[in-house]
Amino acid sequence: MFNIAITGEFVAFFTLSAIMICGAVLMLSLEKVVHMVISMAAVFIGLAGMFVLLEAEFVAFVQVLIYAGAVSILMIFGIMMTKHHAVEQEPSKPLHQTLAAIAAISLFGILFYAIRTTTFPEQQQPFQPGEDNTMAIGELLYTGYVIPFELLSVLLTVAFIGAIVIAKKEAD
Amino acid sequence: MLASYLTVAAMLFCIGLYGALVKRNAVVVLLCLELMLNAVNLNLVAFSKYGVVPSLTGQIFSLFTITVAAAEAAIGVAILIALFRMRGTVNVDEFDKMRR
Repeated sequence: MFNIAITGEFVAFFTLSAIMICGAVLMLSLEKVVHMVISMAAVFIGLAGMFVLLEAEFVAFVQVLIYAGAVSILMIFGIMMTKHHAVEQEPSKPLHQTLAAIAAISLFGILFYAIRTTTFPEQQQPFQPGEDNTMAIGELLYTGYVIPFELLSVLLTVAFIGAIVIAKKEAD
Repeated sequence: MLASYLTVAAMLFCIGLYGALVKRNAVVVLLCLELMLNAVNLNLVAFSKYGVVPSLTGQIFSLFTITVAAAEAAIGVAILIALFRMRGTVNVDEFDKMRR
């Protein structure tokens, strides 16, 4: 189980996963909501590094742009427009908290058991990322996946217009 | 190596699930949802490299997921602002008008 060769990939993987899990646990334990968003940004950036490790450079940069940039800023805007100095108060329901912890831990146990006992079949051929990851993804998006791509752009437009309409002040 | 990536993704997912169930500030609940979606993305990209038939399809799927998650975050924050204007709170326990 622990017979892992210490390679560069393993060291990078270990560092990045340590950053991500520390960020996620900090997110749960910090008090101020703004600090939680900042520690979430660390998780997002660690995940981008992990995508680079998995030879998905384009997805990594999209991750930095969308998550570490846009979503974090959006959440900070959400905090600023609701309560400036919001502090997460201690949950008053210890039973609820314990049940949630048990549920999360048992789900992780099931998943861990499943991952450890499954024998993944051998790869038929090694992963070929292509010379230019961005170009390969672009070609695939505009040939095989053009209809989902266009549907998704419609969804995004509708969602953002809807968000503006919902958040707009009532006409006075 | 695939099992390690899947384990990290499972950890992130469970932390996100716990946060979404326990936290009371609605912004933090939205953040935890994003964390869960990110764990799924990590799975997709890991399988696109180490799966049985490695190809770029997993990366395309994760791009689609990121797009939908961005739309979800925007709508979520908009609903939150509208609710805050009506009720004056961001505490998810107090959004219980439909229960009464």
